[in-house]
Amino acid sequence: MGKLFAVVLTVITLVSASFFVLHTWWMPVDISVHGPALDKQFGETLLGTGIGFIVAQLSLAFFVWQSSGRNEGRKTRQFPGGARIMVTTAVILVGFEILALSFVGQKAWAAVNLDPAPPNALHIDVQAEQFAFYFRYAGPDGQFGGVHPDKISDGDGNYFGLDPANDVAARDDIVVGSLTIPVNQPILLSMHSKDVGHSFYVRELRIQQDFVPGLMIPVHFTATQTGKFEIVCTQLCGLGHYNMKAYLNVVTQEEYDQWLKSQIGQ
Amino acid sequence: MHDTSKQTAEHHHSPPQGFLWTHVFSLDHKVIGKQYYFLSLAAVLIGMILSWLVRFHLAWASVAIPGLQHLSQVGAPGGIITPEYYLSLLTLHGTLMVFFVLTTAPQAGFGNYFLPIQIGAEDMAFPRLNMLSFWVTFVGFVVLVSTLFVSDGPPISGWTAYAPLSAIGSDAGPGLGTGQVLWVISIGIFCIGSLLGALNFIATTLDLRAKGMTLARMPYTTWAWFITAVLGLLAFAVLLPACVLLALDHLGGTSFFIPGGLVVSDKLQPHSGGSTLLWQHMFWFFGHPEVYIAIIPGLGITSHILTATARKDLLGGTRVLVGCMVSIAFLSFMVWGHHMFISGMNPFSSLVFSVPTLIITIPASIVTLNWIGTVFGARLRLHTAGLFAIGFISVFVTGGLSGFFLAQPSLDIYLHATYFVVGHFHMVMGVAAIFGMFAGTYFWFPKMFGRMMSEPLGKLHFWVTFIGVYCIFMPMHYLGLAGNVRRYSAFVDDYLAPLIPVHKFITISAFVTGAAQLLFLFNLFWSMYRGKKAEENPWQATTLEWTIPSPPPFDNFGGRHPVVYRGPYEFGVEGTPDDFVMQDSPEQPAKS
Amino acid sequence: MSELEVAVTGGQEIWQGGESPYAIPSKKLGMWLFIVSDSITFGAVLFCYAYLRLASPDWPTPFRLASIENATIMTFVLLSSSVTMVAAVEAAKAGRIAASVRWLGATMLGGVLFDILHIREWLGLIHEGLRLSQNPWGSGLFGAAFFTLTGLHMTHVTIGVIYLCIVAIGFRRGKFTSDDVEISGLYWHFVDLVWMFIFPLVYLLSARIR
Repeated sequence: MGKLFAVVLTVITLVSASFFVLHTWWMPVDISVHGPALDKQFGETLLGTGIGFIVAQLSLAFFVWQSSGRNEGRKTRQFPGGARIMVTTAVILVGFEILALSFVGQKAWAAVNLDPAPPNALHIDVQAEQFAFYFRYAGPDGQFGGVHPDKISDGDGNYFGLDPANDVAARDDIVVGSLTIPVNQPILLSMHSKDVGHSFYVRELRIQQDFVPGLMIPVHFTATQTGKFEIVCTQLCGLGHYNMKAYLNVVTQEEYDQWLKSQIGQ
Repeated sequence: MHDTSKQTAEHHHSPPQGFLWTHVFSLDHKVIGKQYYFLSLAAVLIGMILSWLVRFHLAWASVAIPGLQHLSQVGAPGGIITPEYYLSLLTLHGTLMVFFVLTTAPQAGFGNYFLPIQIGAEDMAFPRLNMLSFWVTFVGFVVLVSTLFVSDGPPISGWTAYAPLSAIGSDAGPGLGTGQVLWVISIGIFCIGSLLGALNFIATTLDLRAKGMTLARMPYTTWAWFITAVLGLLAFAVLLPACVLLALDHLGGTSFFIPGGLVVSDKLQPHSGGSTLLWQHMFWFFGHPEVYIAIIPGLGITSHILTATARKDLLGGTRVLVGCMVSIAFLSFMVWGHHMFISGMNPFSSLVFSVPTLIITIPASIVTLNWIGTVFGARLRLHTAGLFAIGFISVFVTGGLSGFFLAQPSLDIYLHATYFVVGHFHMVMGVAAIFGMFAGTYFWFPKMFGRMMSEPLGKLHFWVTFIGVYCIFMPMHYLGLAGNVRRYSAFVDDYLAPLIPVHKFITISAFVTGAAQLLFLFNLFWSMYRGKKAEENPWQATTLEWTIPSPPPFDNFGGRHPVVYRGPYEFGVEGTPDDFVMQDSPEQPAKS
Repeated sequence: MSELEVAVTGGQEIWQGGESPYAIPSKKLGMWLFIVSDSITFGAVLFCYAYLRLASPDWPTPFRLASIENATIMTFVLLSSSVTMVAAVEAAKAGRIAASVRWLGATMLGGVLFDILHIREWLGLIHEGLRLSQNPWGSGLFGAAFFTLTGLHMTHVTIGVIYLCIVAIGFRRGKFTSDDVEISGLYWHFVDLVWMFIFPLVYLLSARIR
């Protein structure tokens, strides 16, 4: 039984680890400025935990192999160094990992969540609702119109509750269902929710942030590659949660300018 | 000689008369322990079936499940699960499993049965309160399951019931009116049952220990149940008011968790002023200690069984294990924010919370390394209980290591709300804690029922389960790395299409593993009536439960007052005829 | 210690079992544990109150002088009832059963008077328009938090009065001991202590200052 356990555990360990090493299922290529730091930290964590995983499981397997089978009359042996060596190893090794990862990690985290957006960031208003994302650009006047919850009417396409009749700034606001941004341009999203909690997740951008009803949450990033990417909701928001998504179009500056011009026409 | 009669007399109660008092409203901790255990068994069966429904739907969404429309015509018309019903089933699965299985069987089930015996007592400190605690918990269970039968079904907000989805009412979706209110009531009732039980455990452990049973000589399981009870006393005390406030948002028109200006289903909601993050803070302040309540008894049970399996005491003994369990319990109150890294709370708090979260890794690693070090140089007796105890070590390593990623806010940005998290918590709670329960069942069944379970069936159960759980939950980590979001009833996004074969693999593994659990069920019930008769100490273990008949008499020790002369795990002592010495044996000098 | 015991324990003082550590019998320990847990529950609700107050820009300060006076009288009544409770426990311990029951009765009266004054205040506020969901002076959350917190406390006071009644009757009949009176005293002092947090945090901090 013990030898069987050792063999089974070894196979499980090596097979599981191999899928991590081979990147069989993996994160998509990163397209953000802050992404490489996160990916590097991920790689370091994977290395540390991977070694820990393999060493721990294989040691367990090996010791089970050694200690099982016919053993009547044999005396049990204490692990050399006893508990002291285990405590020391855990405190030093794990402690070191923790310190290292915390130091490295706080810089990466701060770049995303604590540092303010650069002053030249393109400001886009994002509203999440059951079950869609809507994006609002300020238009040629560079001003966002005020939002009024009592004026919201999805049927009329007034998702944000704008009041163009009385609010000059609202008249040229552009509201669309997908997010189009220029590459290599800092973007500042102001995220708010119309109804319940949602979340904004773009894997390639290494961005995920909850929408909190009642709060306006800023998220900033800079995309480094063009392409079409998916924005999906990751906070359980109701029956349509699985279907709540939008597209992110990262285009060249020229394409963006052209797109903006075509939107202003409407 | 010290007069022990006063305390004993205070806690003595005579044998019950009549069917109701013996089997239904029994004051006997052993009966109550079994009642909790079987309640958990019912809950885990329902929870497991729910997980099959959910997994089936993910793999084969357009295939009808025959008969399901009879459970809910609205939720599964023609046997095909709607997106909202998927979430209802998922919510019920999580709620049943976390509360009525993981918080119940390891602590209230085994703890009730064995804590008094392991400390040499006749019963718990407050037997009537004990009986009440069980029936209160039972009522909570009935209320929860009743959500399956109300018109709108169970709530769709997950076991975490985040506001405002859970607070607004039926405007926000199906099941969020009556279903959510019933859910809140059920959990509130459960809180009360748990609080009363925790109180009982603590008083019993401190006050009812037999002569010679110092705190240092208590078995690892007793320590684990004691520490878990302290956690429960403090943690459930926060969930209870949170539930009351959420209920008030539904029934009293309050807005504790609902800010102003929300437009749901085209209706401007009449609420204002509340905070959705307040719910998250209150819930997770309870929620994090809760998951340690789920696992610490398992740590104790594994350690306890490992000694009898390995024929040696745990490396580091009581001092190190208890020190680690206490550190983990203490730290568990400081980390709740790690469930909220990207929730919109001040991002600086996220960095603060990640520090104690990472520090918890240290005592957890110490415990794990000590287990592995105990297996070194052991003389393993790999009966089924021992196999599950050693299997626990393996799955605890796996589950714990994935936590290392999630403890770092910067990595959580990518991994939050993906299947990586689902894999992590299932590995530690859905696998490791369950392995603890299996180990405990196989180990203590002879004592509880006076018969042995079938070893061949048990071993088969172990092998299929051990391989099966890795097949189910390891791939979830890969899915998470690919960014597969959780709580989705279908995978319609472009990037998810290539991952569906992995989901099919997981689903098939889940069915095979589930089938093995039916083996376990059969073994459990068959052995109660047809198992080989068990002796007093079939595993040749050392603690007090093995000094009494199988099954024990009504007052555990048959009127005598046990005296403890030595520590709980004296295996391989020099100059002894067997390789173990019972805790109440005065013949040889004590090691400790 | 016998020779065997010395040989077994190396002469150390060993746990003799049977008597509670720190001389706290089980029932009293049980009441202390309940108090710890209930403190955390009240703490959570007080935390909510503080959180919502800090998060609301329009938190009202509705308590006029008359309200503060009423609340002060309530505080005085509750504090006095704790004093009578102490007297009840002392009398019980000294074996003066009749006196103890009288003091218990005085304590119960204090509790009932507190409840009456509290309900009177509630009715006054409700008459002015304060509800669980609305508030004429500002944030609706004030009504919700106020009624929940004070409602929870009032429930504890009421249950306490019933509890003391049962203990008083049982003590007079000889069914309960002085220990039981002391344990009920613990509960009563706890309820009083909670009020000493509610009174300043809710009333005094929301007083209308002219």
